[in-house]
Amino acid sequence: MKLPIYMDYHATTPVDPRVVEAMLPYFTQHFGNPASRNHSFGWEAEEAVETARKQVADLIGANAKEIIFTSGATEANNLAIKGAAEMYREKGNHIITCVTEHKAVIDTCKKLEKLGSRVTYLPVQKDGRISLDELQAAITDKTILITIMAANNEIGVLQPIAEIGAIAKAKGILFHTDAVQAAGKVPFDVTQNKVDLVSLSAHKLYGPKGVGALYVRRRNPRVLLAEQISGGGHERGMRSGTLNVPGIVGLGAAAALAKAEMATEAARLSAMRDRLNKKFHDNLDEIYINGSMEHRLPHNLNISFAYVEGESLLMGINDVAVSSGSACTSASLEPSYVLKALGAGDDLAHSSIRFGLGRWTTDEEVDYVVEKLTSVVRRLREMSPLYEMVKEGVDLSKMQWVTH
Amino acid sequence: MAYSNKVIDHYENPRNVGSLSKDDANVGTGLVGAPECGDVMKLQVKVNPETGVIDDAKFKTFGCGSAIASSSLATEWLKGKTVDQALAIKNTDIVAELALPPVKIHCSVLAEDAIKAAIADYKKKQDEKTGSVQPTAQPTA
Repeated sequence: MKLPIYMDYHATTPVDPRVVEAMLPYFTQHFGNPASRNHSFGWEAEEAVETARKQVADLIGANAKEIIFTSGATEANNLAIKGAAEMYREKGNHIITCVTEHKAVIDTCKKLEKLGSRVTYLPVQKDGRISLDELQAAITDKTILITIMAANNEIGVLQPIAEIGAIAKAKGILFHTDAVQAAGKVPFDVTQNKVDLVSLSAHKLYGPKGVGALYVRRRNPRVLLAEQISGGGHERGMRSGTLNVPGIVGLGAAAALAKAEMATEAARLSAMRDRLNKKFHDNLDEIYINGSMEHRLPHNLNISFAYVEGESLLMGINDVAVSSGSACTSASLEPSYVLKALGAGDDLAHSSIRFGLGRWTTDEEVDYVVEKLTSVVRRLREMSPLYEMVKEGVDLSKMQWVTH
Repeated sequence: MAYSNKVIDHYENPRNVGSLSKDDANVGTGLVGAPECGDVMKLQVKVNPETGVIDDAKFKTFGCGSAIASSSLATEWLKGKTVDQALAIKNTDIVAELALPPVKIHCSVLAEDAIKAAIADYKKKQDEKTGSVQPTAQPTA
């Protein structure tokens, strides 16, 4: 087993060597610009891009013509939301999203609010999912777009996408989903989910950084977006700029691999994730899972180790790469907004660790991580005044804290 | 975040972790911070009432590595100091010793608060002890 261990696959993934292999010829050999229509260099590049477009479309049950390549999912989210808001502003100015969305969605919505849009940020329930009744209630005759992520990047919770899609469809409202964490990990089909816009990213899928895609429905309804980057009218006029051919080839290859291996990989990863979870529960008391276990990505685990602070926990496991929901880097000491939204209490948010398992995670690594974390949690609890007080029978919620 | 070697040393080998008896009249306890803010420090001093010198100091901290290091360092500095010398410890001394970055200065502030709170608690106990011989505190019948 090699150290350090990488268990942060929600942040990014290494590029699969098979993907690298597919990309390499497009740097030096087939370097043409797909927009060059009058020579073979351009044709080769175009062919490679169209193959990748088909591969990406196949992963989500779409038609190749419905895939727009972007620089990543942040751009795809920006294009979907800003592009729809601008295109359909005659129809309405109201957007519905949710408090646990990725910043690429939240910040885009905030920007639109400054420009005159109205945005509803739906709360989530204790399990991390939105309430469909609250969604229904939030819809007005000015609502043009619902944007709700497929799977959350911190807690791995899957939103009821098909149900949301049905509601949106019935009301004639566009439905966008950020499927960056879900696509290629769990089955996702644009027709079954009645979704109109889908953001994808290559680097969460064992592809390269700097490339992503936006699915834009062409039929029933035909979705139009106002371009956000102008200059040449590439990608059906929705996203100008010379295509990143090696990156796109990489995204295509990664999508094809994900589709082919999804079922076996998901089964393997969920078994390992459950092993990780069980061992923690066997070893330690007062640990809490954040978010639904039932509606969850197979490779995600997010646990709060009560009475120890996340950053100090990470410091004790410097040969394991995971991430903490505690951002103890400012005077305000803001913990993760996603965990806060679950309503579990800021103290538990400060004690949380996100584990993201992936294609190269092994049982041996899982066991090492459990042993290492268990010993650090025990050590820090010995040092924790909160753990001591709880063991003495003090109710922490009734304490008068001296804040600074 | 990159930690200084001194922070890492205190985190890995914290000095004086533990608890002193809260009921001891010569022990002062300071509990500062809040769980929802991500750090809570408990700092205790045991003072020799004859000399006014801090004989022992213990801490327990819920917080990041810098918070743990700040309180660990504080207990190290407190031992052997008089109560008045202890009150002279400034958070900036802790920042300098541990090379804390700006975003971690609040950890040192918390440690200074904990020292002050522990000594205030000790003084309060001492006042109560001397106060208890006052006739007003004793029921006459």
